[in-house]
Amino acid sequence: MQYMVPEFEVERNTSRCISCGACVRQCSYEVHYFDVDGKTVLADESKCVACHRCATICPTHAIKIKAYDMAYKPHANWTPVVQQEILKQAQTGGVLLSGMSNNKPYPIYWDRILLNASQVTNPSIDPLREPMEIRTYLGRKPKKLEFHKNGKLKTKLEPQIKLETPIMFSAMSFGSISFNAQKSLAMAARKLGTLFNTGEGGMHPGLREYSDCAVVQVASGRFGVYKDYLENCRFIEIKIGQGAKPGIGGHLPGEKVTVEVSNARMIPEGSDAISPAPHHDIYSIEDLRQLIWSLKEATQYKKPVAVKIAAVHNCSAIVSGVARAGADIVVMDGFRGGTGAAPTRIRDNVGIPIELALAAADQRLRDESIRGTVSLVAAGSFRNSADIVKAIALGADAVYVASAPLIAMGCHMCQQCQTGKCNWGIATQRPELVKRLNPEIMHERVVNLITAWNHEIKEMLGGMGLNSIDSLRGNRMMLRGIGLSDRELSILGIAHAGE
Amino acid sequence: MKIVTAGKSSFRTLNAEVREALETENDVRIEDVNGQRYIGAGLDRGKRLEVHGTPGNDMGAYLNGGAIEVFGNGQEAVGNTMGGGSITVHGHVGDTLGYAMRDGEIYVEKRAGSRAGIHMKEFREMQPVVVIGGTVGAFLGEYMAGGTLLVLGLEKHPDRPIVGAHCATGMHGGRIFVRGDVPEENVSEHISVLRPGEKDLADLDRFVREYCARFGKDFDAIMQVPFQKLVPTTSRPYANLYTPN
Ligand code: SF4
Ligand code: SF4
Repeated sequence: MQYMVPEFEVERNTSRCISCGACVRQCSYEVHYFDVDGKTVLADESKCVACHRCATICPTHAIKIKAYDMAYKPHANWTPVVQQEILKQAQTGGVLLSGMSNNKPYPIYWDRILLNASQVTNPSIDPLREPMEIRTYLGRKPKKLEFHKNGKLKTKLEPQIKLETPIMFSAMSFGSISFNAQKSLAMAARKLGTLFNTGEGGMHPGLREYSDCAVVQVASGRFGVYKDYLENCRFIEIKIGQGAKPGIGGHLPGEKVTVEVSNARMIPEGSDAISPAPHHDIYSIEDLRQLIWSLKEATQYKKPVAVKIAAVHNCSAIVSGVARAGADIVVMDGFRGGTGAAPTRIRDNVGIPIELALAAADQRLRDESIRGTVSLVAAGSFRNSADIVKAIALGADAVYVASAPLIAMGCHMCQQCQTGKCNWGIATQRPELVKRLNPEIMHERVVNLITAWNHEIKEMLGGMGLNSIDSLRGNRMMLRGIGLSDRELSILGIAHAGE
Repeated sequence: MKIVTAGKSSFRTLNAEVREALETENDVRIEDVNGQRYIGAGLDRGKRLEVHGTPGNDMGAYLNGGAIEVFGNGQEAVGNTMGGGSITVHGHVGDTLGYAMRDGEIYVEKRAGSRAGIHMKEFREMQPVVVIGGTVGAFLGEYMAGGTLLVLGLEKHPDRPIVGAHCATGMHGGRIFVRGDVPEENVSEHISVLRPGEKDLADLDRFVREYCARFGKDFDAIMQVPFQKLVPTTSRPYANLYTPN
C-alpha cells in the first residue's frame, strides 16, 4: 500500500472518446490502457505526471487532466504536498529527486520592476523605421585603448564573441536532454546568430558541424573533454555551479548512458556518470585561475574562457574573484534555473534569485572598476523579453535561456525530467520518445520564439528612446521597483516607482 | 633537438617559445625550468618535450598524444585531464596527478601527493595507466571510473602507509594495484581487496617492466613482493540513493 492518493485525475469524456488508443500508445508513464473488451480506455491515474501529452494528442479532445480533488482537513503547515513527500520518503528511504526548477512561491523580482518609456524629450524611437542594435559582444575588454599615430589600434584585443541577440541557450547536456532536442537548439542558434551549450556531456559527433555556434562546458567530471572538443567551439565554459543545485555535482544514472551518450561523454555504456560536487583540482580561487589559464594555453589563447557559478549568498565577491582570476565571461545562474535532475530540497531551498545576484555583482565590479573588462551573463529563468530587458538594465551583457525554448518544443513543466520518460522527446534517451521531437520543425519554433523576443526587446528599447542595447546595459535609471522594501531597492540599485 | 631555456620567463612567454619551436621540430628540450606552468598543455601526438628543472603546475594538461619526460620533480596536477600520450617524471610529483585522465600513461619514479588518479576514466580502447614508484597520499583514485593505478611503494618510510587515507572513495570502475599490504583502515567502504587474476598479473608484468626500463630499476626485486588489487564492489554506488518526486 502506498498510503497516497493520486496527484492528478484523468477525466475522459466517454461521449467523445473514439477508442483510437492514441493515449495508450503515447503515454510513457503507462497511465492509459484498454479494458479486456479491447475498446474501453481506462486510466491508472496514480502514475500520471500531468505532462498533457495525451490530452494534447487526443483527436477528439476527450481527455482532461485535473488536480485530484481530495479534501484534506485544512492545515497551512502540513499541506498535501508536504505530506506526500514524507510518504514517498517513508516508502523508499530515498533522497527526493526532481526535475526542472524551483517551484516554490518565492518573490519574482522581475514582476516587481517596471520599465521606463520616453515622453516629449528624448523621444521614443520606432524600431520598424529606424535601425536598432541588439548585437552583443562577449569577451574580455581592455581597460583602455591605445592607438598608433596613423589612427590604427595598438592595443591587442582578446578574442570576442559576436552575437546577433543578447539571448543564448544555456547548458543542457546530451544525456539530460535528447539528441533531437540538442540538435534543435544548435540549428536554432545558427539561424539566430547565437550559441547553444553542450553542458557537461561532451559533444555528440552529430553536432560537430555546429561547433561554430557551440559553447563547450568543462565540469568536474570532465566528461568528453579533450583537445579537439576544446578547439571546436566559440568559447569554453568552466562549470563551477548551477542555479538549480548549487553546491552539489551531477549524476547521470547508468540507465541513461546509452551507446550514443557514452560516445559523447567518452565513458563505458551503462556506467554511472558522476560529476563530483567540486572540481578536485580546484580548492581555491588560485586553482580556478590555474584551470582558466591551462585552458587558454591548451587552445593557444584563441578561445575566451567563461566561468559559471550559481547565485548564492555573497556571490558578488565570488564574481569579482572569478573575474580577477582571468575569466573573460562570468555566468551567474539564479535559483530558478532548471535542471535535468536535482535533489528537491536543494532545488527548492539553496541559492538566491538572479535579479538580486546580478544587481549586486554588477555593482561590485563597478565599485572595483573592473566591470568594463569582463562580460557578465545572467541565467536562471527568463520567461519573456521583458525579463531580459530588465536583466540587461541591471547589468547583464547577455542572458542564457533554457526552459523557455524547451517549452517552445513542447515541455509542459511536469518536472519529471529525472525519470527519463519525457513524453515530449526532450528529457529522454528512449528512441521511441526521442523521435517524437523533429529538429526540422522544432528548431523553427525556437527561432520564432527568439525572433519575437528580439522584436519585443527592440520595441522596449525604442520606447525608452534608446537605439542600441549597449545604452541599456547597466542603465538602472530605466528601472523602478514596485512594492519593494528600501533594502530590496538598494540591493537592486533602483528607485521606487513614482520617484 | 631544439633547446629552449626557460630561466625566469613567464609561462606565457616560455610556452609560446616552445610552441614555436615545436612547429619545426618534433623534439624540444627545455632547460633551466623554474616552476613555469602549463608546459606541454595539449601537446599533440608525435611531439616530445624534455624538461630539465622543476616544471610548474598543470604540466601536460589535456595532453593529446605527445610525450613529456621530466628530469626533476613535477608539481601539482601533472597530466590533468590528459587525453593520451606519455609522461615520465624522474622524481616526485605533487597532488592531483592525472586528474580525470582518459588515456595514455604516466610513470612517476618516486612519490606522489594526495588525490592521485581522481576520476580517472576509460573508454573503449582508451585505457589510462598511472604508475607511482614510491608511496602516495590520501584520496588515491577517488571517484575512479576506469583505467589502472599502480603503486609500488619503493623506498617506503617505515612509518608511512603505502597509500594514504580514504583510498578509492566513490570508486566505481577501473582497478588499483598496490604492492605489499594495503592498510585496511585507509581503504574506503564498497571496495574489495583481492588477489590479482591472470590478466592482471600479465598487465602488472608489463607495467613494472616499463617502469624498470624508464628508471633503470631491478624488475625481479620489485616482483618479489605480491600485489593486491582494489576494485569497487559496485559500478553503481548511488543507484538506490534517490526517489522520484
Ligand atoms: S502522464 Fe502525461 S500522457 Fe500520461 S496520462 Fe498523464 S498527462 Fe497524459
Ligand atoms: S522536459 Fe519533459 S520531463 Fe522535463 S518538465 Fe518538460 S515535459 Fe516534463
